[in-house]
Amino acid sequence: MRPYFLVFLLASFVPQSLVIAEDNAREIQSQQSITDRSITMPTWSDWKRVLFLQDYNTRIVILGTTLLGMSAGMVGSFALLRKRALMGDALSHATLPGIAIAFIVATTLGLDGKSLPVLLVGAALSGLMGIATILLIRNLTRLKEDAALGIVLSVFFGAGIALLGIVQQMETGHAAGLESFIYGKTASMVASDAWLIGSAGMTCMLISILLFKELTLLCFDEGFADSRGFPVVFLDMMLMGLVVVVTIIGLQAVGLILMISLLVIPPAAARFWTEKMVNMTIVAIVLGALSSMIGSAMSAIFPNLPSGAMIVLVSTAMFLFSMVFGVPRGILIRKLRRYELNTKINRQHLLRGIYEYLEARGLLNEKQRLESIQVPIDAVFQMRSWSRPKLKKIIKRAQQEQLVELVHENQMQLTEAGLKEAIRLVHEHRLWELYLITYADVAPSKVDQDADAIEHVLEPEVISELESLLVQQTSEGVLQSPHTIEIDRNKTNSQNPHARRLR
Amino acid sequence: MSGLEQWNWSLDGWIIAAGILCAVSSALLGNFLVLRKMSMLGDAITHAILPGLAAAFFISDSRSSIPMFAGAVLAGILTALFTEWIRSFGKVDEGASMGVVFTSLFALGLVMIVQAADHVDLDPGCVLYGAIELTPLDTILISGWEIPRVVVVLSVVLLINLLFVVLFLKELKLSSFDPALATTTGFNATLIHYTLMTLVAVTAVASFETVGNILVVAMFVVPPAAAYMLTDRLVRMIILSAILAIIAAVLGHISAMTVPRWFGFQSTSTAGMMAVAAGLLFIIAALFAPRHGIIVVFVRRQILAWKILAEDIIALMYRIEERDPQLKPDATYLREILFSSPLPTDWSLHFLARHGQVIDSNGTYELTETGRDRARQLVRSHRLWEHYLVEHAGMSAENIHKQAEQLEHFTDRQLREKLNKDTLDTDQDPHGRPIPPEDERG
Repeated sequence: MRPYFLVFLLASFVPQSLVIAEDNAREIQSQQSITDRSITMPTWSDWKRVLFLQDYNTRIVILGTTLLGMSAGMVGSFALLRKRALMGDALSHATLPGIAIAFIVATTLGLDGKSLPVLLVGAALSGLMGIATILLIRNLTRLKEDAALGIVLSVFFGAGIALLGIVQQMETGHAAGLESFIYGKTASMVASDAWLIGSAGMTCMLISILLFKELTLLCFDEGFADSRGFPVVFLDMMLMGLVVVVTIIGLQAVGLILMISLLVIPPAAARFWTEKMVNMTIVAIVLGALSSMIGSAMSAIFPNLPSGAMIVLVSTAMFLFSMVFGVPRGILIRKLRRYELNTKINRQHLLRGIYEYLEARGLLNEKQRLESIQVPIDAVFQMRSWSRPKLKKIIKRAQQEQLVELVHENQMQLTEAGLKEAIRLVHEHRLWELYLITYADVAPSKVDQDADAIEHVLEPEVISELESLLVQQTSEGVLQSPHTIEIDRNKTNSQNPHARRLR
Repeated sequence: MSGLEQWNWSLDGWIIAAGILCAVSSALLGNFLVLRKMSMLGDAITHAILPGLAAAFFISDSRSSIPMFAGAVLAGILTALFTEWIRSFGKVDEGASMGVVFTSLFALGLVMIVQAADHVDLDPGCVLYGAIELTPLDTILISGWEIPRVVVVLSVVLLINLLFVVLFLKELKLSSFDPALATTTGFNATLIHYTLMTLVAVTAVASFETVGNILVVAMFVVPPAAAYMLTDRLVRMIILSAILAIIAAVLGHISAMTVPRWFGFQSTSTAGMMAVAAGLLFIIAALFAPRHGIIVVFVRRQILAWKILAEDIIALMYRIEERDPQLKPDATYLREILFSSPLPTDWSLHFLARHGQVIDSNGTYELTETGRDRARQLVRSHRLWEHYLVEHAGMSAENIHKQAEQLEHFTDRQLREKLNKDTLDTDQDPHGRPIPPEDERG
């Protein structure tokens, strides 16, 4: 809660503070110390103490948070794929009134209100009530999931705050211990906490492993799972139950506001590294463990860094790294692949353009001299929506690959390899067009665009299958185009359908 | 002891005024968050403004309000922006990208603030989650009046939000219901989106600073959601949400003062109780709303189910008569064929008897003339549909019964005539059974 006070003070006592600062030495003192934000460099012994886990307390904290990170990574993977990422957030906020009520009830009955099991049972009950409310709102009213989450989150949390206000007044209870559930008190974790986290977390992981196939199916294809007789509702509740348990054991460690990040960030980062569920959970577990370990170690080394927040920031760094560099789904690799595909498409369009130009001129029959026939660049330029510099670049690339030769500034010609490649491409393009016309009922006037969209990604097996399907109907060599190709349009006419195809 | 005898207009009046101002400004914007299915963005932004406050403080090295305000608003907008980026560039599900962004920013804010907080002597007995109870203590003078600073700030925010909603109502409406159309018709849906996000951040910061952030999160979502249950019209929804927000604020403060006393405690957090009051209003609206309320919808469905069951019963009796005029079915017999439970069957039979469609003669039932007419129309609809489905929808004869069974209940005379025309006035259904005429003599 401290940070909130500070923000409050910082933000609201502005006018006074300036006045006070002038005549109040203590105020000046504190203002100076506020601006002193240096992080004291730890000594070598500090490093050693943490890195070699010499300190008992550090050992407990690192062990506990690591186990928490692992189980949250695993359970979170399923929750993420089930698009329940924010459910954990609503859930963790919804635990607060339960904690407060458990404290009040236990204290009234003369029990120890701060006993962890009692508080966690209260948390679990009100968390489950929160989830039930979300489901009820979503299924019985016309409100969508987001509104249901928002309502439950804020109303339950408001009730929790109001109840904490009451707890504060109880004679037995000073609520300081309870407020730690909001922000967490990682550093003061004791062995029994770590044991609790460890055993509950491992149980969750074990259940997830046992139900791995079923939960995976639930995440990817609920309808299919249902039709195959899997108990979808039970599995869904099981998954929610796992999320509840992991959230609750994490409440004490990182607090309810940051607990969601352990459930969301490592799985979301893992998603960039793999397409497979098994691998994704493994990566998420590893990332969860690593960020917990590094985060709590950093907070142990640098005393000014709160561990819950550090764990989150380390996992955020891992998320950003994964998002950029992840293979096969990161941004860079996708950009690279797109670039390569575009290059390929441009090359193919260039070669096909040249071929179609030659074909339209009736020049294809003189086979032996074909590669020496010159094609004006302008003719190809009109067929596509390329800009002139772009076309120049494409031609240059094709030249480097020895597919075409630039004879002089405005004329080019195919090389032998280029001709072969062009024939292959045109053949494939028309195969596909023919297939679309014959089997997919695509109108001949539209088929060129549709074929364009897909021909570049055809696998060799598909090509041979298409051939066996279609080629018997045609003569040998390159297929005839099933539609008219308009090449020699008026040069100023930009309405050429080929020039607009790629749009 | 109710607690209300401690009511003091100069204190509680201002607290309620602050609560109302905050609630209404949030609810105004919240309508569009709910309609755009972005309710959680309000929550995310309120969490994520923390590093903005801290960074502004570090950079300007002062506690002056203006840079802190700017920093927090900026952080709020960045939350929306980052969420969108991660969603589109990283192809991450929206909920997850929001989760990543706001928890990260919140953690960053915590770290930054703890850096400073360790050197500051703070009194933890102060305020948790908003100091709405303390609002009357921090006043400024405006033309001779001592007005709480919070009330002034929130009034300005309310005014801005109100102006925004009134001036851009058409644009907001269009971009909430059909962003694609909004973009094609020429105005900038993105601009509206980010203006809305900016105002959400402004409202959140103004409230965060003074009345606490749960209150603003609750007011962004709960009153508009309740209003959405009550009406289908946007303007009414906005007005209703504002009214509900006001009620929640008043109710919240009163209950914060009184409810704990019933159990022997002192008053509790007004902000928390306002959220709870809003929650109660929502429950009432969700249950009892005249058109979309859970109870109304449930009753409407039950009535429809009984109506359909009653129609199924007379159609079945017509078919029985058709096949074997001697057979007089009793309730058990009808129930077994229709797979219906005893109670609804009995109710439906009572209903039919009272409306003179069947006659109850010692446990067996018989169609009356009116009942037979109605049943004939149903069977006719059913068989016409079957015919139509086979002829025109290309369905195979085995699969059509279920579909026709559903359609028959919603087919009126006009539609039957059209079906009849489309099926070329046929007199047999695909199973070879006769299609009864529209009228007995027809």
